[in-house]
Amino acid sequence: MTKSELIQRLAERNPHLTHKDVERIVSTVFEEIAAALARGDRVELRGFGAFAVKHREARTGRNPRTGEQVEVEEKSVPFFKTGKQLRERLNIG
Amino acid sequence: MSGSTVTRADLSEAVYQEVGLSRNESSELVEDVLDEISVALVAGETVKISSFGSFAVRQKGERVGRNPKTGEEVPILPRRVLVFRASHVLKNRINQG
Repeated sequence: MTKSELIQRLAERNPHLTHKDVERIVSTVFEEIAAALARGDRVELRGFGAFAVKHREARTGRNPRTGEQVEVEEKSVPFFKTGKQLRERLNIG
Repeated sequence: MSGSTVTRADLSEAVYQEVGLSRNESSELVEDVLDEISVALVAGETVKISSFGSFAVRQKGERVGRNPKTGEEVPILPRRVLVFRASHVLKNRINQG
């Protein structure tokens, strides 16, 4: 399912809303999550899951093909932990 | 890094401000978004949100685990797990100062 298919399905479920409104709703939801992560905030959506940012220190890595040493800069990476309810839903039936 | 937590209420408030639906309806729509994504994932679909990331369901086989407290071997049953891959756009945004 792509973002546009998600918008399509939500529009079908909410016939009283314009397609444009549904588009803005979906964009707003993901924009808010992305903005929160960019600030370093956590996003916790009970039952669905939680997004958080983990910090990685700078390290000396190695190019696995050439064996050459490379400096890897410190960075922050987003990660997602599935919520309990969704995890359970994935495993019934 | 402020370290605070964003919840459904914040997402609903943003939809309320942005789209101009009632507060109630805004929170229902946030719920609908999460529910449609969940339904697709439970059906085994991959969900791709451009410039954000993708959610995919992965099948894990049975393996032998160990109770770390007792050392006892316990089978970990085959199960489905959800994996999220952030898009480059999102990763870059998180690393912009």
